[in-house]
Amino acid sequence: MRIRLLHFASFREAIGRDEESRDIADGTLVSELWAVLGGEVPLFRRFPKPPPAAVNREYVSADTVLRDGDEVAFLPPVAGG
Amino acid sequence: MYLTTSPIDLAALLLEARPGDGALCLFVGVVRDENDGLRTTAIQYEAYGPMAEAEMARLADALSRDFPAVTIRMQHRVGLLSVGEASVAIAAVSPHRAEAFAACRAAIDRVKATVPIWKKEFHPDGSSGWVDPTVSPSGTDP
Repeated sequence: MRIRLLHFASFREAIGRDEESRDIADGTLVSELWAVLGGEVPLFRRFPKPPPAAVNREYVSADTVLRDGDEVAFLPPVAGG
Repeated sequence: MYLTTSPIDLAALLLEARPGDGALCLFVGVVRDENDGLRTTAIQYEAYGPMAEAEMARLADALSRDFPAVTIRMQHRVGLLSVGEASVAIAAVSPHRAEAFAACRAAIDRVKATVPIWKKEFHPDGSSGWVDPTVSPSGTDP
């Protein structure tokens, strides 16, 4: 199945692009996708646990199962205001 | 729309007061010239736009449940802002001041905690860095 993955702020700079499509295995969890990214981006391996994640523009827990067509984003520490 | 790329129109946020409202509390967050001991010349605000809009709508719903007497309007700016420019504004109107102050405070605290917006600070020497409130005290203000 295929998901759309968005990158923002420090994560966008670390991975070098702002969005991408990815083919992932059925049943992949948010936490498992983060582990895959950690294999590609050294900065991401410094996180002891996955950062807050959003699926289809809502916060979800790391044990959420991803679905085909999901819009997924891992969020660096937010700093609005 | 809760996000804007244009300067925040404070007057427009204040139009909400009704005849029964006796208090209007306005919070405006402004770009400061230093943070954690480093001089700041400008801040780039970046948002996950559609989610930030949705999250601020969810916050507004929750605030209206928590403060039923209060009407809240809020706006957050994105883009490159200079020192002294308003980055966020929240107006809370209610019959009496206590709820207006409380709701305004709760609104800015929740915006800063959950809305997917990030800021990159630029320094006089040309360097820059993303603000991380989880490792610096900057998350406590404005």
